[in-house]
Amino acid sequence: MSTSERTDTPQTRDGLPLRTLGLLAGGALLWIALYRGNRPFWDWLLGGLLRLDLEARLGSAVHFFLYDTVKIYLLLTGLMFVVGMLRASLDLDRARAWLEGRGLLAGLVLAVVLGVVTPFCSCSSIPLFIGFVAAGVPLSITLTFLIASPLVSEIAAIMIGDQFGWDVAAVYVLAGSVVALGVGLVLSRFRLDHWVEDMVFATKVARLRADGHVPTLDERVEAAVDEAKDIFSRIWKWVLLGVGIGAAIHGWVPADFFAEHAGADNPFAVPLVTLAGIPLYANGAGVVPVGEALFAKGMPLGTVMAFMMGTIALSIPEAIMLRRVLRPQLLAIFFGSVTLGIIVIGYTLNLIYA
Amino acid sequence: MKIKVLGPGCKNCETLEQRTRQALDDLGLDAEIEKVTDYTEIAGYGVLKTPGLVIDEQVVVSGKVPSARAIADLLRPA
Repeated sequence: MSTSERTDTPQTRDGLPLRTLGLLAGGALLWIALYRGNRPFWDWLLGGLLRLDLEARLGSAVHFFLYDTVKIYLLLTGLMFVVGMLRASLDLDRARAWLEGRGLLAGLVLAVVLGVVTPFCSCSSIPLFIGFVAAGVPLSITLTFLIASPLVSEIAAIMIGDQFGWDVAAVYVLAGSVVALGVGLVLSRFRLDHWVEDMVFATKVARLRADGHVPTLDERVEAAVDEAKDIFSRIWKWVLLGVGIGAAIHGWVPADFFAEHAGADNPFAVPLVTLAGIPLYANGAGVVPVGEALFAKGMPLGTVMAFMMGTIALSIPEAIMLRRVLRPQLLAIFFGSVTLGIIVIGYTLNLIYA
Repeated sequence: MKIKVLGPGCKNCETLEQRTRQALDDLGLDAEIEKVTDYTEIAGYGVLKTPGLVIDEQVVVSGKVPSARAIADLLRPA
């Protein structure tokens, strides 16, 4: 559709649409104003107008819930919009072309990077798996991508940055990448192809024409708005639920509860919370506020991280989905090695941050 | 004109089908829409990210849900 030229919007000399730039600037200003005004607004509404005691347990829990929810919504929509703008030029066909015919290590590193920047919708995992493997991308590289994609989610990274600090968010991204890379490296040592369902290799994969089209600013903005909207509509409930549970833990669980029961001196805490996270099929947006509350009540950072990663990366619906292309043995290896990797990360972080 | 909507049946695929119908209505066109849910067939079209839209065996959309207006633009020249 490159022939449809817009003549109704004024353009700068470089062809930048002024209207879009204006809207972007306006949106950014509005966002900053909302972000800055969030706390004063709730202080004023709850403390000033409704005369709630913000120091008391109920008042502070209500204030925390409202303030935190709005802040998270703002952060997620704002940052996902920016990520969406950057991501508009990335497409999976070109990614697949990159991954073909690389050396193992370069391929694995690329798979991790792609997995981190690509949003993951579990209903896409099957066509993606078939498309990669049938096109000749090695199985271990495809599996690495399938691990990194849900394990290191940018939504979870944004939430962790907000709730734990951006240094912890960096640790999260790094730890997740190491797990994905490590599992891929180990799996590449084994011949696993016979544990993939036959129909995967039997599929004849067509190739979409890569036209090398570079998206315009308008197209980027459109893609980013779509992405931010889509993500918001998918996760707003999870945020409410997560912050709600977090607020309840903050308000009503004794200060040292988790330090006593799941502290660093309990050697089984890390595997227990990782396994506990599997049936909790929650979005990263929902589990991070809960993790933050557990941390505030004395659970060590590594244990909290293992809990969050287990919840985000391992889920029963995804296992059922992947069962259609992986034989049970490979499915068990896949999930087992991710679980093991997360547990190792948990212990390691507990040692470092002891 | 033959139109296929590729996708295992998640929310995005349904939205894409609705918008395609709307685009057809807006253009006053009548075409058959087939839903393709079989994974091997979807992958066979080379679509890595669902949903996908296929017009006369040509993949025109993959991995996103365009607006009804954008879909109408895709349908028009055919």
